[in-house]
Amino acid sequence: MEIEVFLGKIKAEFNEDYDIGDLGLDDNIKKMDWWSSMHALVIIALIDTEYDVMLEPSQMKSANTVRELFTVVNNIKV
Amino acid sequence: MTYLDSKISYCLSSKAITNKDLANEFDEATADAIFAKTGISTRFQTEGDILASDLGFLAAEKLFSEHNIQKETIDFIVFVSSCLDYKSPTTACVLQDRLGLNINIGAIDILHGCTGFIYGLSTAKGLIATNQAKNILLITADSPSKLVHPEDLELLSIFSDGAAATLVANRNSKVSGEIGQFVFGTDGIGAKNLMSTRSGMRNPTDANWFKENKAVPSGLKWGKLEMNGSQIFIFSIRTVPKLVNDILVKESLAIEDIDLFVFHQANGVMLDFLRSKLKIPKKKFYLNIENKGNTVSATIPIALKDAFSEGLITKGCKVLVAGFGIGYSWGGTVIRY
Repeated sequence: MEIEVFLGKIKAEFNEDYDIGDLGLDDNIKKMDWWSSMHALVIIALIDTEYDVMLEPSQMKSANTVRELFTVVNNIKV
Repeated sequence: MTYLDSKISYCLSSKAITNKDLANEFDEATADAIFAKTGISTRFQTEGDILASDLGFLAAEKLFSEHNIQKETIDFIVFVSSCLDYKSPTTACVLQDRLGLNINIGAIDILHGCTGFIYGLSTAKGLIATNQAKNILLITADSPSKLVHPEDLELLSIFSDGAAATLVANRNSKVSGEIGQFVFGTDGIGAKNLMSTRSGMRNPTDANWFKENKAVPSGLKWGKLEMNGSQIFIFSIRTVPKLVNDILVKESLAIEDIDLFVFHQANGVMLDFLRSKLKIPKKKFYLNIENKGNTVSATIPIALKDAFSEGLITKGCKVLVAGFGIGYSWGGTVIRY
């Protein structure tokens, strides 16, 4: 599982209707002006679909950047 | 062939609850925040002991009078609801008498929620295809507000009480739609994520239950609706895109071939995301949840009726209908007008 692919999948999930800007690996997603609980749920669903990992709400809360989220998912998969 | 008649009538409860009303009751809520989470401005609640079957009765009477349908022509009644009057007899039996329908007709209940209209349509199609009926009165009705705890803002802001009556027949009328092939899905792992607890044989109400809930106006005497909203949201955005694609494949159609998508009106925010994910143009994606709320099994026929009234469904249109939610369950088909 590559981190750039992971980021690409998250970006692709939110198309032009959801302008999430040029999201970077180390941006604090929860401080973005577009961030909402819906975005969190969409990302949880994406990770479940793509990586067969169902994140607990606490795990989602613990990750603030895509890199941290990637680490959480990787640790579960190992 | 089996046709869904364009004649649809519906009935919403008379008591409208706005976001401002809810915000006045809940200190932690604002009207804007409720709308941002649900995409709903107004929902409806029945008062007193008015239940789903009462709304269904009114919707059916409206269908007969608005569209000049003779009651004698009905030879089967299918009642779909998650709020049945009794475990037995069927509410459809009660409605047969109340509506003054012939006694030589069939009457069944289908206990279902968000996918209920799809199940009703599929059952009606099967009855007609096997020559068991020619004119089926399909009533979808729910009164979820009766099951919601008065302090549960999440459920109060989403659910609405309403009913729709439609006619499914073996003949084509002026603008009726041929009902296509169905796709269904079920995953009971999600049963606990949206459930009317204390409403059936399992975990029945008892003295302790009433003691615990004595402060609640209704005492939650009909049971209690409980929802894990996050899990329902995740289930929906994982499942519905595949459901839509499976329906299109079964019908040998592409997204571009569909003139209007009418989904179960579950939550406005969720529906917006699904539309975006499926790349459906806004003008082809019907939404009426803002001013109707989530009437469970009745959302799709209510939306069809509104879409007809707005001139969005005309002869030649292909309409994809999809229901999903409690169960988990999902299903859909294409209606060719």
